[in-house]
Amino acid sequence: MKQKGWKDLAPGSVILEGGNAVNFKTGSWRAFRPVWIEENCIQCLFCWIYCPDMAVKVKDSKRNEFDYDFCKGCGICALECPGKKGKKAIEMIEEGK
Amino acid sequence: MTQVVAVTGNEAVANALRQINPDVCGIYPITPQTDMMQRFASYVSDGKVDTEAILVESEHSSMSACIGAAAAGGRVVTATSSQGLALMWEMLHIASGDRLPIIMPVVNRALSAPLNIHGDHSDAMGARDTGWIQLWSENGQEAYDNTIQAFRIGEHMDIRLPVMICLDGFIISHSIERIEYLEDAEVQNFVGPYKNFLPLLDLDKPKSYGPLILPDLYHEYKKAQHEVMAKVTDVVLDVAKDFEKMSGRSYGLFETYKLDDADIAIVILNSAAGTTKDVIDEFRAKGVKAGLLKPRLFRPFPYRKIADALQHTKAVCVMDRADSFGGYGPLFMEIVSALYHAKDKPLLMNKIYGLGGRDYLPEHAETVFSELIELANGSPLKNVKEYLGARE
Repeated sequence: MKQKGWKDLAPGSVILEGGNAVNFKTGSWRAFRPVWIEENCIQCLFCWIYCPDMAVKVKDSKRNEFDYDFCKGCGICALECPGKKGKKAIEMIEEGK
Repeated sequence: MTQVVAVTGNEAVANALRQINPDVCGIYPITPQTDMMQRFASYVSDGKVDTEAILVESEHSSMSACIGAAAAGGRVVTATSSQGLALMWEMLHIASGDRLPIIMPVVNRALSAPLNIHGDHSDAMGARDTGWIQLWSENGQEAYDNTIQAFRIGEHMDIRLPVMICLDGFIISHSIERIEYLEDAEVQNFVGPYKNFLPLLDLDKPKSYGPLILPDLYHEYKKAQHEVMAKVTDVVLDVAKDFEKMSGRSYGLFETYKLDDADIAIVILNSAAGTTKDVIDEFRAKGVKAGLLKPRLFRPFPYRKIADALQHTKAVCVMDRADSFGGYGPLFMEIVSALYHAKDKPLLMNKIYGLGGRDYLPEHAETVFSELIELANGSPLKNVKEYLGARE
C-alpha cells in the first residue's frame, strides 16, 4: 500500500470519516487478556457498562465473547465482575501464557 | 467616515473586537491585558455584541475553550499577557496544529521570576515556536489595524492559522493616543462573515479533531504545517493592500525608516521604534546616515525581504526586549539568519534593552548609534551581545 504524503492529509489532522476508529485495532496493546467463564456469569452486564472501549459484545441482551481486536486488557471488567457464589466470571491471564 | 478618538491601546483593540463581533470569547484577566477583556465583557453585558463570553478559571482553560469553539465552527477571540500566555503554551500548539484561526491580542509583559507586570517581549518570544502567526504593533493605531487584519489573515481559506497581535504592555496598552477608528460597517465588510472550515457542528459530515498520529504520519503533518506558513506572507500583503484601500494606512511585512541610503541601522520591535525614529532624525541632522527596520510579521519571518532591506548597510544593531539566556536575543538570531545568505552583509551587534518595563530613552538609541558609527569605521566589536544601560 502506498503511504500517504504530506499533500494527501486533511488540514489540522482532522478525521473526516466518521467511525473509523474501527480500523485501528488497539487489541495488540494488551499485556493481560480477560477470559470469560460463562458458568460463573449472572448476565448482570456490569462488564459491558464499565468497559471503556466497547470490547464486550452483547447479543440479544446477553453477554457474549470479548472483542479482542479492541480490548486493551485494562482489567476493569474483571475488577467489577460480581461473579457467582464468590467465583469471578472474568479472569485476567497474562498474554503469551 | 473616520472617527478620531483619544484612547488607550487596550481600548482601541477592544473596540476592534466589538466591531468584528466574534461568536465566542474566552476571558481571563491578567495585567496589563485585563482592561481590554473587561471592556469587551462590558460590550457583551451591554448587548453591543452577540458574542458568547466564556469566563474561565485560567488561561489554559481559556485557550482550551477557544479551541473547542473554533473547532465547532465559530469565530473566536481571546487576549492575554505574560504568565497567561505561558500557561496557555501547550494549548497554543494544539490551536495551530488543528489549524484553528483563533485571534489573540497579546499585551506584552515580562515573565516571572522576579515578578514584574511591565512591558517586555519575553512572553510572545516564548511563543515563537508554537505555530501561531505573529503581528507586532508599534502603537495603538497599529494594534487596532493589525487586529482587524488578523481575522482576514488567519481565516483565509489557504491559511487557517491562529494569529497573535502583539502590543507593548502599559507603554501602549495604557497610554492614550490619537487613534483613527474605522466605521463599524467598514470593519464588518472588510472582515466579512465567518466562513467555516471542517466544523465539528455538522451532523451530516461527522468528523473528529485531535487524533493520535504516530511516527508513520506525524512528520508529514508537520511538513504540511510548515508549507502553510510559507503561504502567509503573500496573504498578509494582500490583506494589507485591501486595508490600505479602506483606511489609507499602509502596512507591509516590516517598516523601514530612512533605511534606503543608511550606513547604520537599528532593528527593533514595537513601541521603541517610535523613540528610535526621533533619534534617527537627530543623527540625520548631524549628517549621519542612520535608519531603522521594524519587523511587523515575526512569524513567519520574512528572511529574504529583510536581508534585501539591510544588506547595503555597514553596521546594524538588533535590539531585543527579551533574552534567550545563554543565547543571543531572539530577534538578533533571526536577523543573523536572514543576512547569512546575503552577498553583502553589515556587521551586527545585539543589545538587550528595556526588560521588565525599563524605559527606552532617546539617550539609549544615541548610545547605540554612536557605537554603530565606531563599528562601521572599523573599531572592533567587543561583545556581540550586551545589556544596554544595566547599572554596574
